[in-house]
Amino acid sequence: MAKARGLVEILFDTCKGCELCVNACPFNVLQLSDQVNAKGYHPSMMVNPESCTGCASCAMVCPDSVITVYRVK
Amino acid sequence: METVIEKTNVNVDIEALRKEIIKEENIVFKKTIGLTDNPLSYCPGCGHGVVHRLIGEVCEEMEIIQDVIAIAPVGCSVFAYDFFNLDTQSAAHGRAPAVATGVKRTMPDKYVFTYQGDGDLAAIGTGETIHAANRGENITIIFINNGIYGMTGGQMAPTTLLNMKSSTSPYGREMDVHGYPLNITDMIAPLRGVCYATRQSVHTPANVRKAKAAIKKAFEYQKLKKGLSIVEIMSNCNSGWKMTPVQSNKWMEENMLENFPLGDIKVPQDK
Repeated sequence: MAKARGLVEILFDTCKGCELCVNACPFNVLQLSDQVNAKGYHPSMMVNPESCTGCASCAMVCPDSVITVYRVK
Repeated sequence: METVIEKTNVNVDIEALRKEIIKEENIVFKKTIGLTDNPLSYCPGCGHGVVHRLIGEVCEEMEIIQDVIAIAPVGCSVFAYDFFNLDTQSAAHGRAPAVATGVKRTMPDKYVFTYQGDGDLAAIGTGETIHAANRGENITIIFINNGIYGMTGGQMAPTTLLNMKSSTSPYGREMDVHGYPLNITDMIAPLRGVCYATRQSVHTPANVRKAKAAIKKAFEYQKLKKGLSIVEIMSNCNSGWKMTPVQSNKWMEENMLENFPLGDIKVPQDK
């Protein structure tokens, strides 16, 4: 059975780099970026896209609603 | 974590993946229309943002965005009118249940909720809260409890735990001097005017989903005119507690939830 594949889009400039999504992801898909955004935070980014299943756990805990989750079966 | 980075991008064409997956019909989660596009003014990792989003999502799902009036408190969430895509009225410190009473009585077919922190609801507005509950006003109270006065610099609040350090109790809260933490949701739950009292938290994805269900239930009871419903939501205050967001959620789970156990405290008995 093919597993669901997912992808998350994180708004670069409004993410505050709180790291809650990194901690909430069950598959270690996310990590904080080395780049700095306009507010001076390190935003979250996908480093391991092939593991993402689109479970939306990251979006659930995101306080700033910067994550959009896509999923295909 | 290091190994994860090394594994990254092996045989993965991220651009092709994006092209394949990023389509309107594949969206499983996006920002609710119950919130405006303004970036939230809260600290990184603050639970307020999650609760704002949950309220927006519930209003969107129930299709009542036009019929909701929010009463904003004084505290970190004083700018809630900037973030909710709802009609909002700010109240004086602690007076949100009194303002909500007036709004609800003037417009009984609207959904009215107050959004208050623990300094606002449990300290300065104790009288308003208890009497609004006792009158059985048909309003919903969303109560964010982080055990501290967050906005003014982390002073001790009535909900601060014993031995918990804050800027006005630098050696920890002592029972002899400051008394016990006040558990106001348990306190007002036995009042006959209260139909629904529950305590939830937003520190894990599962808890966030439960909190959303609780907020939805509270709005539904308000529609049925059951009485006052209060949803207490345990939240972190990483700036006030001097921790990172991840640490503060862990600390909350280990310490706060012992004193403030999660779950329904009162649910309506009749069908």
